[in-house]
Amino acid sequence: MLLRHTTKEIKERKALTVNPAKTCQPIGAMYAALGIHNCLPHSHGSQGCCAYHRSTLTRHYKEPVMAGTSSFTEGASVFGGQANLVQAIDTIFTVYDPDVIAVHTTCLSETIGEDIPQIAKKADADGKIPRGKFVIHANTPSYVGTHVTGFANMTKAMVDYFAESNGRKIDQINIIPGYVEPSDMEEIKRIVSELGIKSVMFPDTSNVLNRPQTGRFDMFPKGGVTVEALKSAGDSRATIALGRLASGPAARALDSKCKVSCEILDLPIGLAATDAFVDTLRKIGGVSVPESINTERGRMLDIITDMHQYFYGKKVGLVGDPDQLISLAEFLVSIDMWPVYIVTGTQGKKFESRIKEITRDVPHEVKVVSGGDMFLFHQWVKNEPVDLMMGNTYLKYISRDEDIPFVRFGFPILDRVGHSYFPTVGYRGGMRLLEKILDALLDRKDRDSAEESFELVL
Amino acid sequence: MSTGASVIFQERKDQILRKGQGGFDMNCNRESLAGAVSQRACVFCGSRVVLYPIADALHLVHGPIGCAAYTWDIRGALSSGPALHRLSFSTDLQEKDIIFGGEEKLYRALTELIDRHSPKAAFVYSTCIVGIIGDDLEAVCRKVAAEKGIPVLPVQSEGFKGNKREGYGAACKAMFRLMGSGDISSIPPLSLNILGDFNLAGEIWIIREYFDRMGIQTVANITGDGRVEDLQRAHGAALNVVQCSGATMELAKMMKESFGTPFLRVSYFGVEDMSESLYQIARFFETKDPGIMERTKELVKTELTKLYPRLQEFRRELAGKKAAIYVGGAFKAFSLVKAFRLLGMQVVLVGSQTGTEEDYKQLYEITDEGTIIVDDSNPLELSSFLKEKDVDVFVGGVKERPIAYKLGVGFCDHNHERKQPLEGFVGMLNFAREIHSSVMSPVWRFVPRRKAR
Repeated sequence: MLLRHTTKEIKERKALTVNPAKTCQPIGAMYAALGIHNCLPHSHGSQGCCAYHRSTLTRHYKEPVMAGTSSFTEGASVFGGQANLVQAIDTIFTVYDPDVIAVHTTCLSETIGEDIPQIAKKADADGKIPRGKFVIHANTPSYVGTHVTGFANMTKAMVDYFAESNGRKIDQINIIPGYVEPSDMEEIKRIVSELGIKSVMFPDTSNVLNRPQTGRFDMFPKGGVTVEALKSAGDSRATIALGRLASGPAARALDSKCKVSCEILDLPIGLAATDAFVDTLRKIGGVSVPESINTERGRMLDIITDMHQYFYGKKVGLVGDPDQLISLAEFLVSIDMWPVYIVTGTQGKKFESRIKEITRDVPHEVKVVSGGDMFLFHQWVKNEPVDLMMGNTYLKYISRDEDIPFVRFGFPILDRVGHSYFPTVGYRGGMRLLEKILDALLDRKDRDSAEESFELVL
Repeated sequence: MSTGASVIFQERKDQILRKGQGGFDMNCNRESLAGAVSQRACVFCGSRVVLYPIADALHLVHGPIGCAAYTWDIRGALSSGPALHRLSFSTDLQEKDIIFGGEEKLYRALTELIDRHSPKAAFVYSTCIVGIIGDDLEAVCRKVAAEKGIPVLPVQSEGFKGNKREGYGAACKAMFRLMGSGDISSIPPLSLNILGDFNLAGEIWIIREYFDRMGIQTVANITGDGRVEDLQRAHGAALNVVQCSGATMELAKMMKESFGTPFLRVSYFGVEDMSESLYQIARFFETKDPGIMERTKELVKTELTKLYPRLQEFRRELAGKKAAIYVGGAFKAFSLVKAFRLLGMQVVLVGSQTGTEEDYKQLYEITDEGTIIVDDSNPLELSSFLKEKDVDVFVGGVKERPIAYKLGVGFCDHNHERKQPLEGFVGMLNFAREIHSSVMSPVWRFVPRRKAR
């Protein structure tokens, strides 16, 4: 029992997080920045922050993850990190030659009150920023919000720094995909183009964090949204933002800065949320849904039809990020499963009420908490077990200790591959999720069936 | 890109050596160039990796959530008993704590945790932010220690105070405060503490078994599979054996000064260093127990007889292949160079994040002509060296692995993510097998690098 120290009795905790269901803002900002083409994310703080984020992203994606750091020292913490950042900007443009340096702050640089735009201005005045190159920034103090907030802030920075309106609309829409995998971003782009719609998607980590073996190490891989495309986002006809928390701020910023109207939707995970996404695309694009997409939908529905008995009344425990959990919970309810425990580490007023609304008709008590942790989740499970758990790799301890089937979903997944290549969004992603859920449930049934009731055909 | 690469070499040229081109001149142990994609980490990271294997202690990270989240059970340090170290505890500081201070929160968190888990001691890690807002960690720890009757030790590991090495120092200082309080009356004259082994993949159990066979009692594991009570008795051991250059040397020095405990530098990697380490220890105890050398020779002989024939099988295929090494501390690199030699392989690149001048001098002496020696390197440099030297296998840590793989080069994690014990005689065999499995993998036949030939 790895987590034998988890007590069954639940006491309210006020000063303490145990086994977090979240991490800090900067890693989300770094991930988002990797979705800009020819961009080097830069961590304005101590060396450790950058090393930890790179290590975690590397473990999750099995890809090289490049980022610079201001390498704060004692002196920088007292006198400010301006010299470090100016030097870093100089080093990065001279040595690595990116188009963009995307600076995010840390708890340290925020607390000593670093003013990034002012420092960037100084670097520019000193001639450290070559023509046609950019330094952008997002404030991402680690003691506010979570990795999701950091992602949202850096995505918004792309709008703040680049989007511009020439007054002449371009026949394209903006897609803000949310804090999802490179595979998901790729799938979202595919669906949009399948409908015959031109789009700009940002950030876009496909072909950055799921790239092929080429025999080469490229500092800057092929993927990522270009600066040019980001600039044009200000003249797009509309914006579709997927995931309120991760994509909402950028979409609203684009609306107020360049008057590009936005639709903020749930992440297209599951049937209903994907329907809503496709339908919005159809309306905004003024197109009809092609047969190919209808076929995909039909196939997903076919799996649900074929296997619906196995979903019925299965209790599920979920840990993850708000945008994902909202769509996932809705999906599970729609296939007759009961999401009974839902924990996110990210604080959010609307989250709990939204989940309550989604699970209104679940004939079982539903516990939901935002700003919770896995210790609490484990205590719930100890008090009443579930049939299935879905969440990031850290759930594997609980899965093992309590002997509960487990589907890896979310961030980070440190011990499996697949998430960067196979999406969970859209109809095809939905099919993959269904397959994973069924595999977990049916493998367990096969394992636990008595010999006399073990069946060839389920 | 090629011009870029040459520029960074210019900036860092005195941190890169090519043996045979000019004499030894290495400007290491300096701060990283801001903006360079350094592979280094921070003070907190250093403290955390050293202390975390102490399994019956509470490890509370005082700071925003990230520092605790990223270090949650990352090291694979195994415990034979309690596993409190595998949970992640954080005060999860929020904006209002930054403004009003986090002492009260820390006090409450500590009190609650000690009540719930009854740990033998508590380590409280300071992070960057704590250093800035000026929480008095020392005072809170003292108060809780008095109230709860267990040692509560502040670890002064603010991230910005240097690199990992300073973190090792902070960890050593914290551990040292535990020492001197335990009952040492039952400790025999043939006894030692194991310093600088973190029981990755169960390695310390292998080493302890060797010491058992030599007739030496291990008092404290520092820190793999570590226990607070053992640390409290550690001053009663006759000898400290220290592996891992940076991590625990400072503790050995403090113990020597305060308790007179002598220490030996050892390494359990590779046949040569493993044997020599055991002999060194045997020589130390020979006056107390003249039979110990005989027993040690017997041990080494038995192990080598088992090992050699199996090693030869790997050697046959690996001979002549080229290896690159980039590790955290340089001390490990010495053993690796020798271990590769035993496999008939050539080390063409060797470097570390935090080596000292002395370390690099020693590396310079034991490596072949033409070998590149590098301090605080970065992905761009490493990848260009790997290509230049046409390396077959790269030994490194988590951030280096995908770089090797992208280039189509084999890899062996000799850091937190090792899955097989690499220490001891059996470890040499595992190492050979792991190197063989990667170097000889059929996958390299398909990658473009090899195809191009």
